[in-house]
Amino acid sequence: MAIAEVRTEFALAIRGLRKVFATGGRHVVALDGIDLEIAAGELVCLVGPSGCGKSTLLNVIAGFCPPTGGTILANGAEVTGPGPDRAMVFQEYALFPWMTIAANVAFGLEMKRELRWRIRSRVEALLRQLGLWEFSDHFPKDLSGGMRQRVAIARVLAIDPPVLLMDEPFGALDALTRQRLQDELLRIWAELGKTIVFVTHSIEEAIYLADRVLVMTYRPGTVKRAIRIALPRPRDPLSSEFNALKRTVSQLVLEEQVRYERAEMGGAVSCGGSERRW
Amino acid sequence: MSGRLASIAKPVVAPLVLVAIWEVLSRSGRVSATILPAPSSVAVCFWHYLVPLRPYEPSQGSRLAWLVSGELPQDAAGSLYRVLVGFSIGAGLALPLGLLMGAKESINEILNPLLQVLRPIPPIAFIPLAILWFGLGNPPAFFLISLGAFFPVLINTVAGVRNVDGIYLRAARNLGARGGTLFWRVILPAATPQILTGARVGVGVAFIVVIVAEMTAVDRGLGYRILEAREYFWSDKIIAGMVSIGLAGLGIDAGMSRLNRWLLRWHRGMEN
Repeated sequence: MAIAEVRTEFALAIRGLRKVFATGGRHVVALDGIDLEIAAGELVCLVGPSGCGKSTLLNVIAGFCPPTGGTILANGAEVTGPGPDRAMVFQEYALFPWMTIAANVAFGLEMKRELRWRIRSRVEALLRQLGLWEFSDHFPKDLSGGMRQRVAIARVLAIDPPVLLMDEPFGALDALTRQRLQDELLRIWAELGKTIVFVTHSIEEAIYLADRVLVMTYRPGTVKRAIRIALPRPRDPLSSEFNALKRTVSQLVLEEQVRYERAEMGGAVSCGGSERRW
Repeated sequence: MSGRLASIAKPVVAPLVLVAIWEVLSRSGRVSATILPAPSSVAVCFWHYLVPLRPYEPSQGSRLAWLVSGELPQDAAGSLYRVLVGFSIGAGLALPLGLLMGAKESINEILNPLLQVLRPIPPIAFIPLAILWFGLGNPPAFFLISLGAFFPVLINTVAGVRNVDGIYLRAARNLGARGGTLFWRVILPAATPQILTGARVGVGVAFIVVIVAEMTAVDRGLGYRILEAREYFWSDKIIAGMVSIGLAGLGIDAGMSRLNRWLLRWHRGMEN
């Protein structure tokens, strides 16, 4: 009973999570022994070098691939597959190019079999809120990257998920657009009280956004260190506190980056080995 | 100004020169008119082929019906009709089968070997069997044309469904789409560009097959007409017929291209 009560406080509770990929007879341990609790309404950023499994962790939480071991509780229920309670925003936007902007945003609501007029008013409200209303009849190809990512965010907000999973959502955008979308995301987050798990390559982005930054180790991916960011918002990336945090996090990521580069060099050597066969 | 003039002139220079050489060659008497008629006489023949055979008589029906009562409009309409019916049958069978094979691996495993064995047989090789089974006239032509359209549409539909970008599936499942909805709302539209590529190839094959079918099994149509002209050594009519076949093919392809553009108006790289 007491345990159940503790659990419900967390939007996500991950215990002993392990994910092993078998590729060509080789086993790659992508994630190992991850224990993580994310409170409802918390904004958590995952950082780490390539291959640290941060995107894999997000995909497992989303339910796109099953864990090899361990459990994930999302909003108190065990994750067994993808579900609209954990909506994903992809770096590649993943908008449906054959649907108009309005149809993209309406899609999740139609899957929920909402009433027609209710869908229409909800879509209109979201598009207006995100400054997309004038584009509602356009196709995604007509929009810039930043606008497309806005649509992708509107699309997941439409189904009102308690948890938002964001996989390097602003990674492909230019610096200025990125900054605008970061502020917009913070505004939405403060307004709607979503739990957000945000994967990024940018340490500055992580510190700018997060309540807590999780630095992950290179393969197998584990949580190396969790750093609470207590700076008040809006944060000033030029302040000394911000830079002190940036230094700390960079140092931790760099250690793993070195491990990653060594491993990649090892990989290059094995490639040379395979070349000998020719 | 010279730039615009040049852009108009450039594409027509080569054809004009070719026609001029051809005209001179035919008129010089070095080549017999039966072997190579002059382009001018081909043009005259084309005109006679195009216009109505008899003067207009109000008692015979409407003016429009009279206008298209010439040999060429009748032949072209017949050929296009055969392409339309044959293609509809072939694509109509290939599309659902392809969707099924693309979506269900088990069905693909069962049917794919058989189809791979049948596919390399050119539809034209089915002509003797088609005549044996369906006699002469439209039925064997429909059979052959549908066969020609069937495989391009099938192969591209299967590939289109199987190659749908996984990110659309993940996004859709994440938003709550399942089973049939996932298929109709996401997989099918995502596969549409490749299905239409198959349809376009299929129409092209259907047009080749209709000409051959008319040369062997049908006594009407553009293909029949040029073979008939050969019987009488009307070489100017043969060439006029060939030009008509080329124009009809061009028309079909332009129509398909417009349909594609409309259906894929959402597609990147499809800006009007």
